[in-house]
Amino acid sequence: MDAMLVFDVALALALVGLAWAVLAAEDLFAAVVLFIVFGLMTALAWVRLAAPDVALAEAAIGAGVTGALLLATLRRIGGAESAETTPRPVLIGVGALAAAVTSGLGAAFLAAPAQGPGLEAAIAANLAASGVEHPVTAVLLNYRAYDTLMEVVVLFAAVVAVWSVAQAPEPATPLLGPLHAGFARVALPAAVVVGAYLLWAGATMPGGAFQGGAVLGAVAILALLARDYVPAPAHRAWARGAFLAGTAVFALVAAGVGFGPRMAFEYPPALAKPLILLIEAVVTLSIAATLAALFFGREPEPLGVEVEARK
Amino acid sequence: MTGIEMLSLALMALGCLFFVAGTVGMLRFPDAVSRLHALTKADGLGLVLIAAGAALAAGSAGWALRLALICGLVALAGALGAHLIARLVRTGGGR
Repeated sequence: MDAMLVFDVALALALVGLAWAVLAAEDLFAAVVLFIVFGLMTALAWVRLAAPDVALAEAAIGAGVTGALLLATLRRIGGAESAETTPRPVLIGVGALAAAVTSGLGAAFLAAPAQGPGLEAAIAANLAASGVEHPVTAVLLNYRAYDTLMEVVVLFAAVVAVWSVAQAPEPATPLLGPLHAGFARVALPAAVVVGAYLLWAGATMPGGAFQGGAVLGAVAILALLARDYVPAPAHRAWARGAFLAGTAVFALVAAGVGFGPRMAFEYPPALAKPLILLIEAVVTLSIAATLAALFFGREPEPLGVEVEARK
Repeated sequence: MTGIEMLSLALMALGCLFFVAGTVGMLRFPDAVSRLHALTKADGLGLVLIAAGAALAAGSAGWALRLALICGLVALAGALGAHLIARLVRTGGGR
Protein backbone atom coordinates (compact mmCIF):
# COMPACT_ATOMS: atom_id res chain seq x y z
CA MET A 1 0.00 0.00 0.00
CA ASP A 2 1.12 3.52 -0.79
CA ALA A 3 2.63 5.18 2.28
CA MET A 4 1.04 8.53 1.40
CA LEU A 5 -2.39 6.87 1.24
CA VAL A 6 -2.01 5.90 4.90
CA PHE A 7 -1.12 9.52 5.69
CA ASP A 8 -4.06 10.87 3.67
CA VAL A 9 -6.57 8.55 5.33
CA ALA A 10 -5.18 9.46 8.78
CA LEU A 11 -5.41 13.16 7.87
CA ALA A 12 -9.01 12.80 6.65
CA LEU A 13 -10.00 10.93 9.81
CA ALA A 14 -8.23 13.54 11.96
CA LEU A 15 -10.20 16.31 10.18
CA VAL A 16 -13.54 14.63 10.84
CA GLY A 17 -12.50 13.88 14.44
CA LEU A 18 -11.36 17.49 15.00
CA ALA A 19 -14.58 18.87 13.51
CA TRP A 20 -16.55 16.69 15.91
CA ALA A 21 -14.31 17.72 18.82
CA VAL A 22 -14.90 21.42 18.04
CA LEU A 23 -18.66 20.90 18.15
CA ALA A 24 -18.58 18.63 21.20
CA ALA A 25 -16.20 20.76 23.30
CA GLU A 26 -17.90 21.93 26.50
CA ASP A 27 -15.47 24.81 26.99
CA LEU A 28 -15.62 27.59 24.36
CA PHE A 29 -11.87 28.30 24.71
CA ALA A 30 -11.11 24.63 24.01
CA ALA A 31 -13.47 24.78 21.01
CA VAL A 32 -11.59 27.80 19.59
CA VAL A 33 -8.18 26.16 20.06
CA LEU A 34 -9.47 22.97 18.42
CA PHE A 35 -10.85 25.07 15.56
CA ILE A 36 -7.39 26.59 15.00
CA VAL A 37 -5.88 23.08 14.92
CA PHE A 38 -8.65 22.10 12.50
CA GLY A 39 -7.66 25.03 10.25
CA LEU A 40 -3.99 23.98 10.26
CA MET A 41 -4.91 20.38 9.41
CA THR A 42 -7.18 21.65 6.62
CA ALA A 43 -4.23 23.63 5.24
CA LEU A 44 -2.22 20.39 5.29
CA ALA A 45 -5.06 18.67 3.41
CA TRP A 46 -4.94 21.39 0.72
CA VAL A 47 -1.18 20.79 0.40
CA ARG A 48 -1.91 17.08 -0.14
CA LEU A 49 -4.49 18.05 -2.80
CA ALA A 50 -1.69 19.98 -4.58
CA ALA A 51 -3.38 23.34 -3.96
CA PRO A 52 -0.67 25.39 -2.21
CA ASP A 53 -2.52 28.68 -2.86
CA VAL A 54 -5.56 27.51 -0.92
CA ALA A 55 -3.30 25.98 1.74
CA LEU A 56 -1.55 29.33 2.29
CA ALA A 57 -4.87 31.17 2.48
CA GLU A 58 -6.34 28.57 4.84
CA ALA A 59 -3.31 28.68 7.17
CA ALA A 60 -3.12 32.49 7.20
CA ILE A 61 -6.84 33.36 7.25
CA GLY A 62 -8.64 30.16 8.30
CA ALA A 63 -6.35 29.23 11.17
CA GLY A 64 -4.39 32.40 11.95
CA VAL A 65 -6.59 35.47 11.63
CA THR A 66 -9.91 33.68 12.25
CA GLY A 67 -8.38 32.13 15.37
CA ALA A 68 -7.36 35.58 16.61
CA LEU A 69 -10.85 36.94 15.81
CA LEU A 70 -12.53 34.07 17.68
CA LEU A 71 -10.26 34.51 20.72
CA ALA A 72 -10.96 38.27 20.72
CA THR A 73 -14.71 37.54 20.51
CA LEU A 74 -14.42 35.03 23.35
CA ARG A 75 -12.77 37.69 25.52
CA ARG A 76 -15.60 40.08 24.70
CA ILE A 77 -18.46 37.73 25.49
CA GLY A 78 -16.61 36.28 28.48
CA GLY A 79 -17.44 32.67 27.65
CA ALA A 80 -21.05 33.30 28.65
CA GLU A 81 -22.71 31.77 25.59
CA SER A 82 -23.13 28.03 25.52
CA ALA A 83 -25.42 25.42 24.04
CA GLU A 84 -27.71 25.71 27.06
CA THR A 85 -28.29 29.45 26.70
CA THR A 86 -28.68 29.44 22.92
CA PRO A 87 -32.37 29.47 21.95
CA ARG A 88 -33.55 26.21 20.41
CA PRO A 89 -34.82 27.79 17.14
CA VAL A 90 -31.34 29.28 16.57
CA LEU A 91 -29.71 25.88 17.09
CA ILE A 92 -32.18 24.21 14.72
CA GLY A 93 -31.78 26.99 12.13
CA VAL A 94 -27.97 26.77 12.20
CA GLY A 95 -28.13 22.99 11.99
CA ALA A 96 -30.50 23.14 9.01
CA LEU A 97 -28.27 25.68 7.20
CA ALA A 98 -25.15 23.59 7.81
CA ALA A 99 -26.96 20.46 6.61
CA ALA A 100 -28.16 22.29 3.48
CA VAL A 101 -24.65 23.53 2.64
CA THR A 102 -23.16 20.07 3.26
CA SER A 103 -25.74 18.29 1.08
CA GLY A 104 -25.35 20.97 -1.62
CA LEU A 105 -21.59 20.44 -1.67
CA GLY A 106 -22.08 16.68 -1.67
CA ALA A 107 -24.52 16.90 -4.58
CA ALA A 108 -22.12 19.15 -6.52
CA PHE A 109 -19.26 16.72 -5.85
CA LEU A 110 -21.27 13.70 -6.99
CA ALA A 111 -22.64 15.51 -10.06
CA ALA A 112 -19.18 16.66 -11.20
CA PRO A 113 -17.48 14.51 -13.86
CA ALA A 114 -15.10 12.21 -12.03
CA GLN A 115 -12.44 12.00 -14.73
CA GLY A 116 -11.61 13.79 -17.94
CA PRO A 117 -10.22 17.18 -18.78
CA GLY A 118 -11.10 20.18 -16.63
CA LEU A 119 -10.43 23.74 -17.67
CA GLU A 120 -6.64 23.38 -17.40
CA ALA A 121 -6.16 23.38 -21.18
CA ALA A 122 -8.21 26.55 -21.68
CA ILE A 123 -6.39 28.24 -18.79
CA ALA A 124 -2.96 27.26 -20.11
CA ALA A 125 -3.84 28.39 -23.65
CA ASN A 126 -4.74 31.90 -22.49
CA LEU A 127 -2.05 32.26 -19.80
CA ALA A 128 0.18 34.35 -22.06
CA ALA A 129 -2.55 36.97 -22.47
CA SER A 130 -3.52 37.01 -18.78
CA GLY A 131 -0.59 39.16 -17.66
CA VAL A 132 0.64 36.70 -15.01
CA GLU A 133 2.48 33.38 -15.16
CA HIS A 134 0.73 31.62 -12.27
CA PRO A 135 -2.53 29.94 -13.43
CA VAL A 136 -4.31 30.37 -10.08
CA THR A 137 -3.62 34.13 -10.07
CA ALA A 138 -4.73 34.29 -13.71
CA VAL A 139 -8.07 32.72 -12.74
CA LEU A 140 -8.54 34.87 -9.63
CA LEU A 141 -7.50 38.25 -11.04
CA ASN A 142 -8.31 37.90 -14.73
CA TYR A 143 -10.61 35.09 -15.93
CA ARG A 144 -12.85 35.13 -12.85
CA ALA A 145 -11.95 38.57 -11.47
CA TYR A 146 -15.63 39.33 -10.80
CA ASP A 147 -15.77 36.58 -8.15
CA THR A 148 -12.66 37.96 -6.49
CA LEU A 149 -14.10 41.49 -6.49
CA MET A 150 -17.16 40.10 -4.68
CA GLU A 151 -14.87 38.49 -2.05
CA VAL A 152 -13.26 41.87 -1.44
CA VAL A 153 -16.74 43.42 -1.15
CA VAL A 154 -17.68 40.80 1.47
CA LEU A 155 -14.71 41.83 3.65
CA PHE A 156 -15.63 45.50 3.16
CA ALA A 157 -19.24 44.80 4.17
CA ALA A 158 -18.00 42.94 7.27
CA VAL A 159 -15.94 45.88 8.53
CA VAL A 160 -18.78 48.34 7.77
CA ALA A 161 -21.11 46.13 9.84
CA VAL A 162 -18.62 45.91 12.73
CA TRP A 163 -18.09 49.68 12.82
CA SER A 164 -21.85 50.28 12.66
CA VAL A 165 -22.79 47.83 15.39
CA ALA A 166 -19.95 47.68 17.95
CA GLN A 167 -19.27 51.19 19.20
CA ALA A 168 -19.32 50.71 22.95
CA PRO A 169 -15.99 51.51 24.62
CA GLU A 170 -14.49 48.64 26.56
CA PRO A 171 -11.48 47.99 28.76
CA ALA A 172 -8.23 47.76 26.80
CA THR A 173 -6.60 44.38 26.26
CA PRO A 174 -4.08 43.52 29.00
CA LEU A 175 -0.45 44.29 28.18
CA LEU A 176 1.47 41.17 27.25
CA GLY A 177 4.74 42.22 28.84
CA PRO A 178 8.27 43.06 27.73
CA LEU A 179 8.94 39.66 26.14
CA HIS A 180 6.01 40.08 23.77
CA ALA A 181 7.14 43.61 22.90
CA GLY A 182 10.62 42.27 22.12
CA PHE A 183 9.16 39.48 20.00
CA ALA A 184 7.04 42.00 18.11
CA ARG A 185 10.17 44.06 17.37
CA VAL A 186 11.82 41.01 15.75
CA ALA A 187 8.76 39.40 14.16
CA LEU A 188 6.99 42.47 12.72
CA PRO A 189 9.66 43.47 10.18
CA ALA A 190 10.15 39.82 9.18
CA ALA A 191 6.40 39.33 8.72
CA VAL A 192 6.10 42.55 6.68
CA VAL A 193 8.75 41.16 4.31
CA VAL A 194 6.90 37.82 4.12
CA GLY A 195 3.57 39.55 3.38
CA ALA A 196 5.03 41.74 0.64
CA TYR A 197 6.86 38.74 -0.82
CA LEU A 198 3.66 36.65 -0.90
CA LEU A 199 1.94 39.47 -2.81
CA TRP A 200 4.78 39.77 -5.31
CA ALA A 201 5.22 35.99 -5.68
CA GLY A 202 1.54 35.64 -6.64
CA ALA A 203 2.30 36.64 -10.24
CA THR A 204 4.50 33.61 -10.89
CA MET A 205 3.85 31.08 -8.09
CA PRO A 206 1.51 30.37 -5.16
CA GLY A 207 0.75 33.54 -3.22
CA GLY A 208 -1.25 36.67 -3.84
CA ALA A 209 -3.37 39.39 -2.32
CA PHE A 210 -5.35 37.33 0.19
CA GLN A 211 -2.32 35.46 1.56
CA GLY A 212 -0.14 38.57 1.69
CA GLY A 213 -2.98 40.62 3.13
CA ALA A 214 -3.61 38.05 5.87
CA VAL A 215 0.06 38.06 6.88
CA LEU A 216 0.14 41.88 6.94
CA GLY A 217 -3.14 41.82 8.87
CA ALA A 218 -1.49 39.52 11.42
CA VAL A 219 1.36 42.06 11.66
CA ALA A 220 -1.20 44.75 12.46
CA ILE A 221 -2.86 42.48 15.06
CA LEU A 222 0.54 41.89 16.74
CA ALA A 223 1.17 45.64 16.67
CA LEU A 224 -2.25 46.24 18.29
CA LEU A 225 -1.50 43.66 21.01
CA ALA A 226 1.94 45.13 21.68
CA ARG A 227 0.45 48.67 21.69
CA ASP A 228 2.92 49.62 18.98
CA TYR A 229 -0.15 51.04 17.30
CA VAL A 230 -3.07 52.50 19.25
CA PRO A 231 -6.12 53.32 17.09
CA ALA A 232 -7.22 56.92 17.63
CA PRO A 233 -10.39 58.67 16.47
CA ALA A 234 -8.25 60.88 14.23
CA HIS A 235 -7.23 57.80 12.22
CA ARG A 236 -10.80 56.98 11.24
CA ALA A 237 -10.68 58.78 7.90
CA TRP A 238 -7.48 56.93 6.93
CA ALA A 239 -8.98 53.63 8.07
CA ARG A 240 -12.15 54.20 6.02
CA GLY A 241 -9.98 54.99 3.00
CA ALA A 242 -7.96 51.80 3.53
CA PHE A 243 -11.11 49.66 3.88
CA LEU A 244 -12.62 51.09 0.70
CA ALA A 245 -9.46 51.31 -1.43
CA GLY A 246 -9.37 47.65 -2.47
CA THR A 247 -13.00 47.51 -3.62
CA ALA A 248 -12.81 50.96 -5.22
CA VAL A 249 -9.58 50.45 -7.19
CA PHE A 250 -10.64 46.94 -8.27
CA ALA A 251 -14.06 48.16 -9.46
CA LEU A 252 -12.66 51.30 -11.15
CA VAL A 253 -10.03 49.32 -13.07
CA ALA A 254 -12.57 46.66 -14.04
CA ALA A 255 -15.08 49.23 -15.26
CA GLY A 256 -12.38 51.51 -16.69
CA VAL A 257 -11.09 48.92 -19.18
CA GLY A 258 -14.70 48.36 -20.28
CA PHE A 259 -14.89 51.50 -22.42
CA GLY A 260 -14.47 51.22 -26.17
CA PRO A 261 -14.22 47.82 -27.78
CA ARG A 262 -13.59 45.86 -24.55
CA MET A 263 -15.88 44.54 -21.86
CA ALA A 264 -15.53 45.23 -18.15
CA PHE A 265 -12.76 43.10 -16.58
CA GLU A 266 -11.21 42.61 -20.04
CA TYR A 267 -7.73 44.03 -19.45
CA PRO A 268 -5.71 44.93 -22.55
CA PRO A 269 -3.00 42.20 -22.66
CA ALA A 270 -0.17 44.76 -22.73
CA LEU A 271 -1.45 46.41 -19.55
CA ALA A 272 -2.70 43.24 -17.84
CA LYS A 273 0.32 42.71 -15.58
CA PRO A 274 0.61 46.28 -14.23
CA LEU A 275 -3.18 46.48 -13.75
CA ILE A 276 -3.30 43.13 -11.91
CA LEU A 277 -0.35 44.13 -9.73
CA LEU A 278 -2.00 47.48 -8.95
CA ILE A 279 -5.27 45.76 -7.97
CA GLU A 280 -3.43 43.13 -5.91
CA ALA A 281 -1.26 45.67 -4.09
CA VAL A 282 -4.22 47.87 -3.09
CA VAL A 283 -6.41 44.86 -2.24
CA THR A 284 -3.59 43.47 -0.06
CA LEU A 285 -3.44 46.70 1.97
CA SER A 286 -7.25 46.80 2.20
CA ILE A 287 -7.42 43.20 3.42
CA ALA A 288 -4.68 43.84 6.01
CA ALA A 289 -6.40 46.99 7.32
CA THR A 290 -9.82 45.29 7.32
CA LEU A 291 -8.66 42.16 9.17
CA ALA A 292 -6.87 44.29 11.78
CA ALA A 293 -9.98 46.46 12.21
CA LEU A 294 -12.15 43.34 12.60
CA PHE A 295 -9.76 42.15 15.33
CA PHE A 296 -9.91 45.55 17.09
CA GLY A 297 -13.64 45.05 16.81
CA ARG A 298 -15.01 48.60 16.94
CA GLU A 299 -14.62 52.12 15.70
CA PRO A 300 -12.00 54.03 17.74
CA GLU A 301 -13.99 56.06 20.27
CA PRO A 302 -14.35 59.82 20.13
CA LEU A 303 -11.84 61.39 22.52
CA GLY A 304 -14.24 62.15 25.39
CA VAL A 305 -15.62 58.61 25.52
CA GLU A 306 -12.15 57.11 25.55
CA VAL A 307 -11.08 59.21 28.54
CA GLU A 308 -14.29 58.20 30.27
CA ALA A 309 -13.55 54.51 29.73
CA ARG A 310 -10.02 54.76 31.09
CA LYS A 311 -11.12 56.13 34.48
CA MET B 1 19.05 4.31 -0.49
CA THR B 2 22.07 6.56 -0.15
CA GLY B 3 23.76 7.38 3.13
CA ILE B 4 22.42 10.94 3.07
CA GLU B 5 18.85 9.71 2.58
CA MET B 6 19.21 7.31 5.51
CA LEU B 7 20.65 10.02 7.74
CA SER B 8 17.82 12.36 6.72
CA LEU B 9 15.19 9.72 7.52
CA ALA B 10 16.85 8.90 10.84
CA LEU B 11 16.89 12.59 11.83
CA MET B 12 13.20 13.00 10.96
CA ALA B 13 12.25 9.80 12.80
CA LEU B 14 14.15 10.99 15.88
CA GLY B 15 12.35 14.33 15.59
CA CYS B 16 8.98 12.58 15.49
CA LEU B 17 9.99 10.64 18.60
CA PHE B 18 10.54 13.94 20.42
CA PHE B 19 7.10 15.14 19.34
CA VAL B 20 5.52 11.91 20.63
CA ALA B 21 7.42 12.28 23.93
CA GLY B 22 6.31 15.90 24.25
CA THR B 23 2.68 14.94 23.54
CA VAL B 24 2.80 12.14 26.11
CA GLY B 25 4.24 14.63 28.59
CA MET B 26 1.46 17.11 27.85
CA LEU B 27 -1.19 14.47 28.37
CA ARG B 28 0.33 12.85 31.47
CA PHE B 29 1.87 15.67 33.52
CA PRO B 30 -0.31 17.01 36.31
CA ASP B 31 -0.24 20.80 35.97
CA ALA B 32 0.07 23.49 33.32
CA VAL B 33 3.70 24.47 34.03
CA SER B 34 5.15 20.95 33.87
CA ARG B 35 3.10 20.29 30.74
CA LEU B 36 4.64 23.40 29.18
CA HIS B 37 8.05 22.15 30.26
CA ALA B 38 7.56 18.83 28.45
CA LEU B 39 6.02 20.37 25.37
CA THR B 40 8.44 23.24 24.69
CA LYS B 41 11.65 21.26 25.21
CA ALA B 42 10.50 18.28 23.19
CA ASP B 43 8.94 20.24 20.34
CA GLY B 44 11.87 22.65 20.04
CA LEU B 45 14.34 19.82 19.49
CA GLY B 46 11.83 17.76 17.48
CA LEU B 47 11.28 20.57 14.98
CA VAL B 48 15.02 21.23 14.59
CA LEU B 49 15.67 17.51 13.98
CA ILE B 50 12.87 17.25 11.39
CA ALA B 51 14.03 20.45 9.70
CA ALA B 52 17.61 19.15 9.62
CA GLY B 53 16.37 15.92 8.03
CA ALA B 54 14.31 17.87 5.50
CA ALA B 55 17.28 20.13 4.70
CA LEU B 56 19.43 17.06 4.02
CA ALA B 57 16.70 15.58 1.81
CA ALA B 58 16.28 18.87 -0.10
CA GLY B 59 20.03 18.94 -0.58
CA SER B 60 20.50 22.63 -1.33
CA ALA B 61 21.89 25.50 0.72
CA GLY B 62 18.92 27.72 -0.15
CA TRP B 63 16.38 25.31 1.32
CA ALA B 64 18.58 24.66 4.36
CA LEU B 65 18.68 28.41 4.96
CA ARG B 66 14.89 28.71 4.62
CA LEU B 67 14.36 25.84 7.05
CA ALA B 68 16.84 27.38 9.49
CA LEU B 69 14.92 30.65 9.28
CA ILE B 70 11.63 28.82 9.96
CA CYS B 71 13.24 27.06 12.96
CA GLY B 72 14.46 30.36 14.32
CA LEU B 73 11.05 32.04 13.99
CA VAL B 74 9.19 29.04 15.45
CA ALA B 75 11.66 28.91 18.36
CA LEU B 76 11.02 32.60 19.08
CA ALA B 77 7.23 32.26 18.76
CA GLY B 78 7.18 29.02 20.76
CA ALA B 79 9.24 30.52 23.58
CA LEU B 80 6.97 33.57 23.63
CA GLY B 81 3.81 31.44 23.68
CA ALA B 82 5.11 29.30 26.52
CA HIS B 83 6.13 32.42 28.43
CA LEU B 84 2.69 34.00 28.01
CA ILE B 85 0.90 30.83 29.15
CA ALA B 86 3.25 30.47 32.16
CA ARG B 87 2.69 34.14 33.01
CA LEU B 88 -1.08 33.63 32.88
CA VAL B 89 -0.77 30.59 35.16
CA ARG B 90 1.40 32.51 37.65
CA THR B 91 -0.96 35.46 37.82
CA GLY B 92 -3.81 33.04 38.47
CA GLY B 93 -5.68 33.47 35.20
CA GLY B 94 -5.25 29.92 34.00
CA ARG B 95 -6.83 26.70 35.11
